[in-house]
Amino acid sequence: MRKTISIAATVALLGALTACGGGEAESSGPVTLRMTTWSANPDHVKLFDAIAADYKTTHPDVTVQFDALPFESYTTTVTTQIAGGNAPDIAWILEGAAPDFVASGALTPLDESIDDAADLAPTATALWKQDGKLMAYPFSTSPFGVFVNTDLVKKAGQKLPAGDEWTWDNAAKVAAATASKTGKQGLVVRDFDYKDWTNLATVFRGWGAEAWTADGKTCGFDQQPMIDAMTFLHKAIFTDKALPAPGVAADFFAGESAMTIAQISRASLLKEDGFGWALVPLPAGPSGGYSVIGQGGIGVLKKGKNASAAQEFVKFFTSPANSEKLAQFFPPPRKSQLNADTLAKANPLLKPEQLQDVVIDGIENGVVKPSHAGSAEINQAVRSGLDPLWKPDADVAGVLKGVCAAINPLLAK
Amino acid sequence: MTDVLDRTASPVRSAPGRRPFWTTRRRDQLTAYAFITPALLGALAFVFLPLVLVVWYSLHEWNVLADTFNFVGAENYRKLADDPNVPAVLRATAFFSIGLVVLNLALALLLAVLLNQKLRGTTFFRVLFFSPVVVSLLAWTIVWGFLLQDNGGLNGLLDAIGIDGPNWLRSGGTAMASVVIVQVFKNVGLNMVLFLAALQGVPQELYEAARTDGAGPWTIFRRITLPLISPTILLTSIITVVGSLQVFAQISVLTQGGPGTSTTVLVYYLYQQAFQFHAFGYGATLSVVLFLIVLALTVLQWQMRKRWVFHEH
Repeated sequence: MRKTISIAATVALLGALTACGGGEAESSGPVTLRMTTWSANPDHVKLFDAIAADYKTTHPDVTVQFDALPFESYTTTVTTQIAGGNAPDIAWILEGAAPDFVASGALTPLDESIDDAADLAPTATALWKQDGKLMAYPFSTSPFGVFVNTDLVKKAGQKLPAGDEWTWDNAAKVAAATASKTGKQGLVVRDFDYKDWTNLATVFRGWGAEAWTADGKTCGFDQQPMIDAMTFLHKAIFTDKALPAPGVAADFFAGESAMTIAQISRASLLKEDGFGWALVPLPAGPSGGYSVIGQGGIGVLKKGKNASAAQEFVKFFTSPANSEKLAQFFPPPRKSQLNADTLAKANPLLKPEQLQDVVIDGIENGVVKPSHAGSAEINQAVRSGLDPLWKPDADVAGVLKGVCAAINPLLAK
Repeated sequence: MTDVLDRTASPVRSAPGRRPFWTTRRRDQLTAYAFITPALLGALAFVFLPLVLVVWYSLHEWNVLADTFNFVGAENYRKLADDPNVPAVLRATAFFSIGLVVLNLALALLLAVLLNQKLRGTTFFRVLFFSPVVVSLLAWTIVWGFLLQDNGGLNGLLDAIGIDGPNWLRSGGTAMASVVIVQVFKNVGLNMVLFLAALQGVPQELYEAARTDGAGPWTIFRRITLPLISPTILLTSIITVVGSLQVFAQISVLTQGGPGTSTTVLVYYLYQQAFQFHAFGYGATLSVVLFLIVLALTVLQWQMRKRWVFHEH
């Protein structure tokens, strides 16, 4: 009896000692990494799981869990998790929240953790750098284009303007005519819904307008280019009825509108036996052609429990080989992969000229959607400042002046 | 510890003449405490501790991303006094609460009086008006969100009879009214049932006596019914006022505080500050303000009950 007890005690003691050892050296012992994403798309999840399983063959101790959070409250949820002491190890970061995350010191620099970093396009990484260090990897750099329901346009007896004719004026005309003749909606700025105004950058940049100056200090809403762009938009909505009015829901991918401005990754929403469609670049505005990109980054949180293991996994996840796999959903930031061949393999739905015009040219010349430190508060102030604009009898210049009055104190912070 | 154990084990062996420590009374008390401990611990952990922590947080500037938590004293309270949004937020809160309380109580009382008649079909209508209470708040609000869209169900109906309905949730004048009415229909059934119970508790003899004395229906209602159900009116008004100050899901789903800031009530504003703008310290300050407002209103109503609630004179 006494012998059994002493053996048990020895075993327990040894167990305790080894457990202590495991706690000190982070890399040994099984590790579960949690990566928050905003995509629960089964195809995306399948690919992520495959990459994680691949990683497990060389790192049997590391399990990666992908935690898909709702897109609308994504940043809020991640910050609340950090506040609650339950920070994810790796997090996707939206372009709007990028300045806050990058500047706050919440992220571990990734320069050491990216294979062939010289291959990354500078326009793609600009938003994610702090003092020359890459704080997050822009795994998705997705340009905005215009999807057109060619069946609906044809049914209305309209022709899609091409080449130099593809301007905002003509796009609005076709949208308005198609809407009035088919009873559907004309042009939908996807995810704008009269709330997320950052998506309107896909329109107002055609007039050379900007929400604020490049240094982020001066409001651009009361400047002439913005007044012109918003006057155009207001007329297109309330007079020409080329865009759905506030509170009107219309989903292009369900066949409810003639056109939509959306990121090319939305092509996955098109059904194979659905309507005929085309993908074209954003129409030219008075200031010429332009393109807008939306981005998503991957960052390693300092507050995560396994930062070094997380960094190693990010290195694997973003490697050239995996970047090529991810390219079927998320246009890569790697210059060597930004060619029609690589992208065509990954995006069988899109034709080579669509890839060249919208994706490759878009990423090379694109400017990221408006972002700023403290963007949530600024976006909220702009949103409520713009609300009076969405009425038929609005005073455009007056409303825009009000927007600047509301956000100037926030920009100066 | 051993001391206690010894005494429990052998109470009889204590010195002669001294009363044993574990009297029946003490044992009963211990048992009672043991029974309420789980609930007490729950209240401590999830009510009192957060309350104290919120006050503590409100004295700090807490940036989650930068991982800073600095004591700033009354700075957040000074910020509150200077915050240009606060007057509009308080106005919206007052508008929502007053609108909800007045409409809800008036409609609940009216329905209760109507459904207290001995007529066929009253059970059906009682069930009808009570059913929204058991529906999930979010489901109810989301469906109303669809109905109130510019091209939604309600305007479709109005269109059929030749009325061009407004854009309910997007225009300054109708957005708050819409949120209030959606909420009134959601919860009016609960107050209606409480009023019904109270109405049925009013002794019939009083009505008979009044009628014999020649009192009309309005006088009977004002002089007999109202005073006798006044305790229920107090109860429902406290529940409704406190509930109205906590409105969140409806605002978040229907208007997100817009258009402008016309539907940004206090709870929604503190949610924005803390969880969207990452200003947890300032959010905590707003929570303290909300707590004080609810406390003040409840105390006020409790004090006023002596003036107008029957049984309390």
